[in-house]
Amino acid sequence: MLALDFPPINEVIRWKDIFPTFNKVALIACLAALIGIAIFLAAARKDPLVAPKGVRNLAETGVEFIEDQIVLQTMGRDGLGWTPFLLTLFIFVYLCNLPGIIPFLQMPATARMALPLFLAVIVWITYNVVGFKHNGIKYLTGMLWPRNVPIGMRPLVGLIEFLSNIILRPFSLAVRLFANMLAGHMLLVTFALLSNAMLFAETKQLFLKPMTILPFFMLLFLTIFEVLVGFLQAYIFTILTGVYIGLAAHPEH
Amino acid sequence: MESLTRLIAGTGAGLNADDAKAANAAIGAGFAYGLAAIGPGIGIGYVVGKAIEAMARQPEAAGMVRTTMFLGIAFTEALALIGFVVFILLGL
Repeated sequence: MLALDFPPINEVIRWKDIFPTFNKVALIACLAALIGIAIFLAAARKDPLVAPKGVRNLAETGVEFIEDQIVLQTMGRDGLGWTPFLLTLFIFVYLCNLPGIIPFLQMPATARMALPLFLAVIVWITYNVVGFKHNGIKYLTGMLWPRNVPIGMRPLVGLIEFLSNIILRPFSLAVRLFANMLAGHMLLVTFALLSNAMLFAETKQLFLKPMTILPFFMLLFLTIFEVLVGFLQAYIFTILTGVYIGLAAHPEH
Repeated sequence: MESLTRLIAGTGAGLNADDAKAANAAIGAGFAYGLAAIGPGIGIGYVVGKAIEAMARQPEAAGMVRTTMFLGIAFTEALALIGFVVFILLGL
């Protein structure tokens, strides 16, 4: 009989304090911020006139990726001023996701609700301020009483628009990032525990221990998959931020 | 099957009220996640299938289609993820 005790969720995602009020998740978040700052400061020191290489090449690839894939796709040319904000969000979220697969760190900082929720609140404040700045009070009235909808539908569409803009967007933004990273973390934990339990099982069955190779390969595959998921979630978080800001600035299309 | 109904009813021998509650929560969590995965699974399949169709018809529009596809996937997937969160809240 295989004895596999899955630990309760608090043991999987809650870490002991390194010193009071500061645990590994906070450490990863701080490291992510510092590493991002360090990469871009080091890149800014390089001579911009010679062909970029090394860290500057990396930074320029990041900036170009944000400009071509996110800003121009969602906001058009007049949104290029948002590149620094979106780049900051992308780099921070990506560097917070990545430790989920780095040995000895093994925990994405975004798998705790605090970080995605805080980022979503920042995005929420940003796009609402942009909406009021570009459209004045029409931002709110246009949301509650949309002009280009038949008159009978206006209260219903207005209510749906209001709920979606004010409550559902930040909620789904936070929950999407959090739940994706938590699900990935739990999958890795499950297959790591399964491999461990099969390898060290006290059994008389001959084929049980060699079969450890199956969950172990699944673990390897999921680790590679998590690289993709970490990147994709950072990308989706950033592109949705771009879409929300673009929609708040120009609600007519 | 009988043991399952006993478990749900919470009347089995040696099963106190807390255990029965936990068992009910675990069963509910399993159903919640399983049901929440059906709709988004169909939805994401539909979104990606149509996006691939569009890319095959017009390869020069592939970049734009891919961006929109990721947006659609993100919105569809949110439902499944809410189910996952409910699963965590109820079951563990």
